Amino acid sequence: MSKEVILEVKNLQTHFITKRGTSKAVDGIDFILHKGETLGIVGESGCGKSITSLSLLRLIPSPPGKIAGGEVLFKGRNLVELPESEMRKLRGNEISMIFQEPMTSLNPVLPVGEQIAEAIRLHQNLNKKEAAKKAVEMLRLVGIPSPEKRAKQEPFQLSGGMRQRVMIAMALSCNPEVLIADEPTTALDVTIQAQILRLMKELQERLGMGVILITHDLGVVAETCDKVAVMYAGNIVEHATTETLYETPLHPYTQGLLASLPKIDEDQEELYTIEGNVPSAFNMPPGCRFASRCPLATNLCREQKPELIEHESGSKVRCWVYSNKWREQEVVM
Amino acid sequence: MVNVQEQKVLLEVQNLKQYFSVKREKLLQPKLSVKAVDDISFTLCEGETLSIVGESGCGKSTTGRAILRLDEPTAGKVVYNGKNILDLSKKDLRTLRGELQVIFQDPFASLNPRQTIQQILSEAMSIQNSVQKELRKDRMRELMHLVGLPEEALSRHPHEFSGGQRQRIGIARALAVNPKLIICDEAVSALDVSIQAQILNLLKRLQRQLNLTFLFISHDLSVVRHISDRVMVMYLGKVVEIAPKHALFNQPTHPYTRALLSSIPVPNPKVQKERILLSGDVPSPINPPSGCRFHTRCPFATELCSSKEPETVEVQNGHHVACHYANDFFSA
Repeated sequence: MSKEVILEVKNLQTHFITKRGTSKAVDGIDFILHKGETLGIVGESGCGKSITSLSLLRLIPSPPGKIAGGEVLFKGRNLVELPESEMRKLRGNEISMIFQEPMTSLNPVLPVGEQIAEAIRLHQNLNKKEAAKKAVEMLRLVGIPSPEKRAKQEPFQLSGGMRQRVMIAMALSCNPEVLIADEPTTALDVTIQAQILRLMKELQERLGMGVILITHDLGVVAETCDKVAVMYAGNIVEHATTETLYETPLHPYTQGLLASLPKIDEDQEELYTIEGNVPSAFNMPPGCRFASRCPLATNLCREQKPELIEHESGSKVRCWVYSNKWREQEVVM
Repeated sequence: MVNVQEQKVLLEVQNLKQYFSVKREKLLQPKLSVKAVDDISFTLCEGETLSIVGESGCGKSTTGRAILRLDEPTAGKVVYNGKNILDLSKKDLRTLRGELQVIFQDPFASLNPRQTIQQILSEAMSIQNSVQKELRKDRMRELMHLVGLPEEALSRHPHEFSGGQRQRIGIARALAVNPKLIICDEAVSALDVSIQAQILNLLKRLQRQLNLTFLFISHDLSVVRHISDRVMVMYLGKVVEIAPKHALFNQPTHPYTRALLSSIPVPNPKVQKERILLSGDVPSPINPPSGCRFHTRCPFATELCSSKEPETVEVQNGHHVACHYANDFFSA
């Protein structure tokens, strides 16, 4: 790939130290984000996808959280080691973030225009008047009708879709190079979700930023992402281009996840299910973390942890089935 | 597939209205109300699953609550087995609620955190007196087995269970009183996909085994397609389309239904959907648009739509659409 790398994550580990022990919420993940590209991180509740996104900007509450190791390289700098004052300059400026519930991220008693202007003035050398003007411009950019009027309104006067547009306007107001969107459309209705996804796509094409989209919705991923990382219990278990992932999912977890979705264009009598539950973060099995729920698991899987290996399709997968060891094991059996 | 014509009608909703009054902002302002459900009618046959879909605020949950009289409806009739539920006395209503049960979205919020599962189930049984005292223990074990939980679960508290297991407990509690009709209000919406699939399979299996009737309220159209026999689409307190599942998904006729179906992201990157993107938001139900309530967002709206409320037209057997141009859209 000839595209410019803007963000590189190497062996990132985030741990939570509690009375019950250490929970390895994110346990060594790697990925690369190129300019203008959308990377999806998918997984179920508790797999560590949101903790990953918070770790990138060092927003983990500490204590109990701690980035225990690894690197986050952004334009030659390692964000894990950056002093807090430098980090502050970067957040919301070069890397911004949107969260799921706009109502909890917006100040409920401040007009939205002022909130956007506040973010602009923090990072750009503009006076109050110029910043207010820029805020209105941003609201127009994200497709809010009569932005001059809306800028003076408070968050409760806006609908859910409108509030999410305000969040996007704020996140984009300083032309970030990376946008991290954590479940940006999960709280919205489908018709509004379609509007917001279209908007994000358009703005990305226009502004050329890299987007990390965190979601549990495999439909949203299929429609918006170029690459996908599937997470399970703190690890990336499969990393592939979107097309390859949906066409030939390799990891049994990914296969199970895709098979358990009810189809909109097909009749099924019974849905496929992944039996059992995710293992506790305090007590991870020594081998593959999916082994207890995996239909293919052998003793090898239960005893030794697989590495993320490259498959001939170009995808990366963390599963013994695709390794040489698996074949040797079959010969012995 | 359930054939509607041959089935016995279990529940009939006629001209149901549910208004909630809102506080006046100014002293002399006329009295305002939110028309959450505004004159809807439908029937539910024994053993079938009817789904209500729509976006937030369309009145789908309110309809479910009104049927059970969890909120007192403003007007209309809800006829269950020949009796109008809305005319029943408090005492008769309580007896009847044994046959009508509900499962909510968040099982943790609807289970008492200080009771064990055994206490939760036996409370339900004793209120409805559905099982003799001596037999309750056995019945509880049977229920655990039915919803796929171990018997030991009976002595534990709700917080000891995962989300999917809690939803199983919610289902067990509903079944404890031998209901005929279960209203599932977003029953799987809070669950992860792998767990959601388990619960959907469970609901389908229970329906077959116990001949249950489901009124399934959901915003997730893929789930609705999987579980329903018939589907009803609501918009701003009105029914816009009601049809057997296949007719609705293969020949959506109302412009809103079409837009809704086209908005669903498909988990297949090769499918490039032609998307009908609606502009704007859902209008306020306090002051809904005149005529057809969808005309402010409808790409095909004409003058007629803004002045006259559309009649419901039957475009095909069992397929009803509330649109002035239903027949044109249907053939198109």
